[in-house]
Amino acid sequence: MLRKALALAVVAALPVAACIFWPQPAIAPTDGPPPADGISPARVARGARVVALGDCMVCHTAAKGEPYAGGLALATPFGAIYSTNITPDPDTGIGRWSYAAFERALRHGVARDGHLLYPAFPYTHYTQMTDDDIHAAYDYLMTRTPVKAEPPKNELIFPLGFRPLLAGWNLLFLRPGNRIAAQDQQVLTERGKYLVNSLGHCASCHSGLNLIGGEKSPAFGGGTVDGWHAPSLLHLASASVPWSQTDIVDYLRTGMSRAHGAAKGPMQPVVSHLAEVPAQDVQAIAAYIMQIQVAGKLSEPARKLEKSADADQRQLGAVLFASACASCHGPGAPMTAVSRYPALKTSPAVLGQQPTNFLQTVLHGVPLKNAPVPIYMPAFADMLSDQQIASLAAYVRADLAQQPAWQHVADQSKTIREGQ
Amino acid sequence: MTRLTINGQARTLASVPSSPLLYALRNELKLNGAKFGCGMGQCGACTVLVDGKPVFSCVTPLAALDGRQVRTIESLGTADLPGALQAAFIKHQAAQCGYCIAGMIMRAQALLETVKAPSDQQIAEHMEPNLCRCGTHLRIFAAIREVAHSGLVVPKQKGPAV
Repeated sequence: MLRKALALAVVAALPVAACIFWPQPAIAPTDGPPPADGISPARVARGARVVALGDCMVCHTAAKGEPYAGGLALATPFGAIYSTNITPDPDTGIGRWSYAAFERALRHGVARDGHLLYPAFPYTHYTQMTDDDIHAAYDYLMTRTPVKAEPPKNELIFPLGFRPLLAGWNLLFLRPGNRIAAQDQQVLTERGKYLVNSLGHCASCHSGLNLIGGEKSPAFGGGTVDGWHAPSLLHLASASVPWSQTDIVDYLRTGMSRAHGAAKGPMQPVVSHLAEVPAQDVQAIAAYIMQIQVAGKLSEPARKLEKSADADQRQLGAVLFASACASCHGPGAPMTAVSRYPALKTSPAVLGQQPTNFLQTVLHGVPLKNAPVPIYMPAFADMLSDQQIASLAAYVRADLAQQPAWQHVADQSKTIREGQ
Repeated sequence: MTRLTINGQARTLASVPSSPLLYALRNELKLNGAKFGCGMGQCGACTVLVDGKPVFSCVTPLAALDGRQVRTIESLGTADLPGALQAAFIKHQAAQCGYCIAGMIMRAQALLETVKAPSDQQIAEHMEPNLCRCGTHLRIFAAIREVAHSGLVVPKQKGPAV
């Protein structure tokens, strides 16, 4: 109740703040992108590393679109926001953006013409980048192939289409400026902290959002993105199957940890890009993640202890597993015996407190992507009903993973199925 | 016992419920059109329709199919009277070894029953899960496209698939 009242008060204050802080000047357009031959190949390579670490392409490329041409719908709690075209096309992209305009966008969330950008664009993180990284990203993007493409119009709930409101939001959530200078990044964990908090913007998904779309504090406690659970990054070392630093490096760099399984859902494109950057960057990220681990298990949400799933349901689950899953996930199946992939009982999707990621994986499978380690699983949405998937979950949780039963699995399966 | 409808006929199957649908089709019913390829839902040679949707029958549990409608390639036509897709596949000589073809045709059938005159891109995306190791994809594509534009198979009204 108090939280709601507070949120309302904040929302009421936003327009006032907006009037005071909103007006931002336009920055004059340039004649076009700087000549590509003025940017050295080494500089472009450096920018490629920054842009890969920043995951720019993940959001700024539509499912079947050209690289960096935007148009991907980002489902926010406030409606759909379409990513913009960041190719150097002069009319529909950022071809007429000077470096000053580009830097202002990354540090302050302001477009070249002065309009405020939505924080789906993670400028609250990019603001922490070093000048040189921002410049390298600029050089890289300005040497991409220009694509003429306008993103669709955003579909936001009223009154969020009125961008000046963001000035108030920025007062609450934006702390502009670099925090970890380049020379301090000689220390591995400091480099990791920089990559996680600025370029990687890991907290955007792994912290969860508050009522007005700010990241929850303390950071990295887990969140939700695109119908998937983004697990806490603070409890990896205390998980049922604990993560080591090497496990994290393997997972982030190859998309597959021998102890924990594959990167799935929204994490798949992230690991694809981390495969392209120097190994020491991924080692730095893993070192920092290990540094922020907190003692103790992830606290269970308060709920009364329920007896494990009934025997009939587990028995049906065992029958379904034998036919649908065992050819890959059964003992001695090629996936474990030949490919040496981990057993299902160590998968975070199976060990999680909520069935969300298990259900996403069973219903929609793991599509074959251009990943460093090719990973594929067929979708079972058209084969198994929600009740049958609930039985499967009962068997997998109780008999394979020795975990207490999830509750209301069939209902959640229905919700995720209909959300597709 | 599993009670379901196969190619329009009510059937009661004696195969164990943990059996994949493919095994029951081939071993119990002698419907040998659908093939065992990888057994892991990765190649599509076993594709049949369940309630009008293409599924990998090698990883579809019989236990999941009580009361549901299954269709196999045998429902589309015979050697003497091939269905529209079967005839087009023959005309374009889309089969080299032929092992994937029943699955290819059933997946294509599902598309043509749901989308009127699908575009080339829609056909390519829809057929993506099924693999042909001989490399006749261009002929398979030509056969499907011909039927798609012929109007011989049209999207069905919403309702239970037969």
